Amino acid sequence: MNTMTKMKPGLTLLSVILLAGALSACGGNDGNEEKSSASPSQSETAEGTADAKEVTITLSTDNSQDAVNTANAYIAAFEKKYPNIKVELETRPGGTEGDNIVKTRLATGDMTDVFFYNSGSLMQALTPEKNMVDLTNEAFQQNVIDSFKSTVSYNGKVYGAPTASTMAGGWFYNKKVYADLGLQVPKTWAELIANSEKIKEAGMTPVIGSYKDTWTSQLVVLADYYNVQAQVPSFAEDFTAHKATNAGTPAMLRAFEKLQELHDKGLMNKDLLATTYDVGLKMLAEGKGVQYPMLSFATPAILQNYPDQIENLGFFAQPGDDASSNGLTVWMPGAAYIYKESKHVEEAKQFVAFVASVEGTEVASTVSKPTGPYLIKGASIPDDVPSLVKDMLPYFDNNQTAPALEFVSPVKGPSLEQITVEVGSGIKDAKKGAEAYDQDVEKQAKQLGLSGW
Amino acid sequence: MNGVFKRTYSYWFLLPAGIIYLLIFLTPTISSFFFSFTRWDLSDWQYIGFENFRMFFREQSLAIGFRNTLIYAVVTSSLKVVLGLLLGVLLTSKLRSKHFLRSIIFFPTLVSTIAIGIAFSMMMHPTEGLINSALSVVGITGPDWLGNPKLALLSVAFVDVWKGVGIALVIYIAGILSIPEDYYEALQIDGGTGWNKFWSIIVPLSRPATHSVIILSFIGGLRSFDLIWTMTKGGPGFTTDLIASIIYKQYQGGFYGLATAGNVILFLVVAALAVPLNLYMNRKEVDL
Repeated sequence: MNTMTKMKPGLTLLSVILLAGALSACGGNDGNEEKSSASPSQSETAEGTADAKEVTITLSTDNSQDAVNTANAYIAAFEKKYPNIKVELETRPGGTEGDNIVKTRLATGDMTDVFFYNSGSLMQALTPEKNMVDLTNEAFQQNVIDSFKSTVSYNGKVYGAPTASTMAGGWFYNKKVYADLGLQVPKTWAELIANSEKIKEAGMTPVIGSYKDTWTSQLVVLADYYNVQAQVPSFAEDFTAHKATNAGTPAMLRAFEKLQELHDKGLMNKDLLATTYDVGLKMLAEGKGVQYPMLSFATPAILQNYPDQIENLGFFAQPGDDASSNGLTVWMPGAAYIYKESKHVEEAKQFVAFVASVEGTEVASTVSKPTGPYLIKGASIPDDVPSLVKDMLPYFDNNQTAPALEFVSPVKGPSLEQITVEVGSGIKDAKKGAEAYDQDVEKQAKQLGLSGW
Repeated sequence: MNGVFKRTYSYWFLLPAGIIYLLIFLTPTISSFFFSFTRWDLSDWQYIGFENFRMFFREQSLAIGFRNTLIYAVVTSSLKVVLGLLLGVLLTSKLRSKHFLRSIIFFPTLVSTIAIGIAFSMMMHPTEGLINSALSVVGITGPDWLGNPKLALLSVAFVDVWKGVGIALVIYIAGILSIPEDYYEALQIDGGTGWNKFWSIIVPLSRPATHSVIILSFIGGLRSFDLIWTMTKGGPGFTTDLIASIIYKQYQGGFYGLATAGNVILFLVVAALAVPLNLYMNRKEVDL
């Protein structure tokens, strides 16, 4: 990196001259501003808040439709409330490409003042101590529900505040087709397979696979975590300490086997490797595909693109082998973090405090319907959420939820999505996939410097 | 000594270029050798010896890149040689539309690789793509070009050849046109056939062109990245991962030390294959 800045003496000289010019220009401007604000003749444009200096802070979020809409809504409401603070939005790609951009910008000292980013294992990988402002003692943390705080904490300090509602990983299904075929929401995996076989006989795609967008292939494995932790409560801890592996823990291996079973029984669409997430949603909405293992965060996209079909859809948790322990795997929303080198930490804190308030959730819910309960005390879910979101609420009310593994362990391998593509398309079997994933997580654990690896 | 004093230009003239070379080529190269032995997060590093290299060779999803890269480089460069030579012979003959055809074949070289990748991955869609729709008209059920693990790498290699054969063609045209007429006249006097002309004159005497094509496309194939990334992202699973795409994914994962180690390996592999290949072919070259 150093070599980049030292590149060529000529260039350096040139940039020094330019920079000096720019700085002196700035100084000149500052002088002018001071003069003009001091002179009473020009104060006619200034209003009551004129003496508060205008500050611009920057915000980075990923470029998905929903994330951008939400960020813009926050910004509009925030700027209305704090007219002296302007927020500039920058977008970045999602997925691993976005992770790379965030890591690189942090490492090169060029991050936005506030950034929305994942909580859990991905946040842990950003070396929070070095890159983020400690928000443990901010007043707004009292609004945040405790179960969220652990997912944005590092060595006991809290670094973020939630930007959205919780999500769940589970199965979208078409209620109309279920009713037509006389099917019941499955409480065990065997029932889910039986339902799927019936759907297949009826000539429809039972399970939608959209592996062209590789991340979507992970859902069956990740959404099974409620069942894993119900059988092996200490798995996350042992996994982090390298005392348990995916392949060596039958409950975890079972998650990979479920994915393999979907492939072996031919329950997914034949062109799943060429199908994108957007096409998957379309298949679901149009009833060509009947079930779709997916995160509930797909709800706003379905609502926006297929508003007429949304009420035909329902949602259920990925069932385990035992009907008596049926529960939902929950994803924590991303969080707002403040860059440690930010020059406007106070203003950034005001913005984050706004996001983490009941008022903030109300603003967000106008553009992006919540996909589960909010993590802000006193925030409620509007009544007009799609019924599939209401399908999730009983799990929360009955305390039948567990956070996904990536929120209770910092160890998440970057290649899981490729491995689940292999298992789900029959290139590898479940056992080999789980073993490959054990190798993959080793890299992450070593990079994080965890003990025991 | 005398030589030095008689130089027209002093050594100082080398300094600007030397500094640039030192700072933006040598320093990164040497520092990358260093960082490949560390666990590195762009700011902090920790020396871990050969651990990164061990990991690169041990992990199946990383090691698969070597096999794929070799297959890809061999397939693309050999197809470019064969097709480039045949097209070169055709398009240096007395064909009326040869200038038009030359442009047609060269045209894909001018198009952005990313655009080609996106266009072909749409055409290769198993059910809605142009290729399989066309095949189904004549009653053939086309395979899943990019989804079938056995086929995907070859499908991408095919697109690479389609895109790159124009360069090979240009090199061959230049090579074939530089063969002196005398040889053809001698052939005529000896009563040689068209086959003799091709096999005994054009093939051996365009060997410099062949070598350029092989070296260029082989090295290009070894470090190919953009096409494979737009078409398959190394998938399905890891089946079309090349060394370069694996390195990229390690950077994405934040494993900077590991990724740098991968780059060092790629450098050594390219050098180990390209240098002997170059030496071997230089020895075989025939003077015109």
